[in-house]
Amino acid sequence: MALQDVCDFLETLDDSSPCTYLPNEMGYMWKTPFEFDRDSPFHFLFPPQQNSRKSKAPTLLSSTFSRLSPHQQPFQLSHGTTTLGFIFQDGVIAAADTRASCKGLICCPISQKIMPIHSHLVVNTSGSGADCMLWERILTREMRLYQLRHRRRLSVNGAAKLLSMMLHPFKGTNVCVGATLCGWDGEEAQIRPETLQSSVEMADVKEAMKQDTTAISDESALGSEKMASKNEQEDILKDTHATVLDQNTKNALSTFGGRSGPRVCYVCSDGLQLRGELISVGSGSPYAYAVLDDGWKWGMTVDEAVRLAREAVFRATHWDAYSGNNVDLFHITAHGCRRRDREDLKEEYYREREREKEKIRERAKERQKTVG
Amino acid sequence: MEYLIGIQGPDFVLVAADNIAASSIIQMKHDYDKMFKLSEKILLLCVGEAGDTVQFAEYIQKNVQLYKMRNGYELSPAAAANFTRKNLADYLRSRTPYHVNLLLAGYDEADGPGLYYMDYLSALAKAPFAAHGYGAFLTLSILDRYYRPDLTREEAMDLLKKCLEELNKRFILNLPSFTVRLIDKDGIHDMEKLLVGAK
Repeated sequence: MALQDVCDFLETLDDSSPCTYLPNEMGYMWKTPFEFDRDSPFHFLFPPQQNSRKSKAPTLLSSTFSRLSPHQQPFQLSHGTTTLGFIFQDGVIAAADTRASCKGLICCPISQKIMPIHSHLVVNTSGSGADCMLWERILTREMRLYQLRHRRRLSVNGAAKLLSMMLHPFKGTNVCVGATLCGWDGEEAQIRPETLQSSVEMADVKEAMKQDTTAISDESALGSEKMASKNEQEDILKDTHATVLDQNTKNALSTFGGRSGPRVCYVCSDGLQLRGELISVGSGSPYAYAVLDDGWKWGMTVDEAVRLAREAVFRATHWDAYSGNNVDLFHITAHGCRRRDREDLKEEYYREREREKEKIRERAKERQKTVG
Repeated sequence: MEYLIGIQGPDFVLVAADNIAASSIIQMKHDYDKMFKLSEKILLLCVGEAGDTVQFAEYIQKNVQLYKMRNGYELSPAAAANFTRKNLADYLRSRTPYHVNLLLAGYDEADGPGLYYMDYLSALAKAPFAAHGYGAFLTLSILDRYYRPDLTREEAMDLLKKCLEELNKRFILNLPSFTVRLIDKDGIHDMEKLLVGAK
């Protein structure tokens, strides 16, 4: 991007492709130029014709047709995914599938949709893969600049506002980004690394993030087999930092005032910006919402939260054709973000079938006992 | 999809908005506030296209605050409404029109309460009662029948509840909760959130 600025790359691009317009809900006012000649009484209502489309700002007509399907495209842009993020008393969980699809083809079964921005913020991306990649980099750059200039990290809500403002000029064009920012707002001072066991883990995570994160499985991952030892560690952490965590839970639900706590924010290229407790985006999101709404409570343990997120993505990938392959899971707390091993959901599907068969057998036995 | 309603009394204005933030068929948020406080006694209710609402409303909000900072006194509701209309009209024929429908409600020391209806084509009208959204088709006739210029606050609340019940009965979409606020000479008061439907 620095090279692009130096070479003035964007200024040399000239987008002069014609665009055929369709009528929209505003009615006759914005008909195509071919239908209204100069003698037509409606001609004066037609807005000044855009002579050049060199500027990045959308044209008057294109902004009103943002909901219609795009024309003049070499292929149809499709965005199928399931991503979700939610907050609870012990941090934020961000989960997503790993399938990148393009209409009927799976372009990449192992893409990474959750990108870490800094130690306490990850972004779940959905929409057009190229747009998400670009905007995630732009956001990372802006946040790092903010941190350097103001000597503190930008809050999650601030980052969402920043991203929303940056995307606004592109409203009406084909930019399609649905980003969920999941992170922990807070001061570094609350973390006391010399007493923390997980400081080593955090260093591992930071190390991992410096390299390409797609191929790395973190040693401090919350694998399901390692859940028991993980909970012990959590207990130890809770004891030493009971006061910190209590304060966090008290402050966590406040959305304003710069207090610390888990946050989840959704930013869309349409301009929609939402803060909440539970956000899911993508073609698989309705299926995920159904599972999440059923099981989410503020007082969940880490174990329950991880299981809930896994199950939500699993159910969504089962029903939605455009989601699938693996599930990525990140857990962000005041101490940083931890990444769970990428898990192949195919195995989970067969395991579940076995579990169902077991349950049916047991129920049949129960019934036999009660009858007999 | 979204619904706004305002009822003006002799010395107050009662406004309500639904609380749903939706993205295609999913309700993403159930407690979304669509009212923007422009000043101590002026509220702007804004619905419309996803990003345009917040962008435009915050722009107006900050500019009204700036006026107060520069000049030492606040804009009156009529002035704020006309300012908003001018901005919306200017943007209408630009490359980035804002597709927003607004209700502006305020209380002026000199003129009393005022309710202003504005649509996305920046048509402005001062009205005793007004509504936006598909729900308006169902509730404007109720307002016509039962509105009187000398409503008390309780009567206005009852009229509002009647409108929301009709919405619940006949509107195809589920709008379970509404934020209600009242503006009078003492400022903006938050009323209890109205929940319609099965409890």
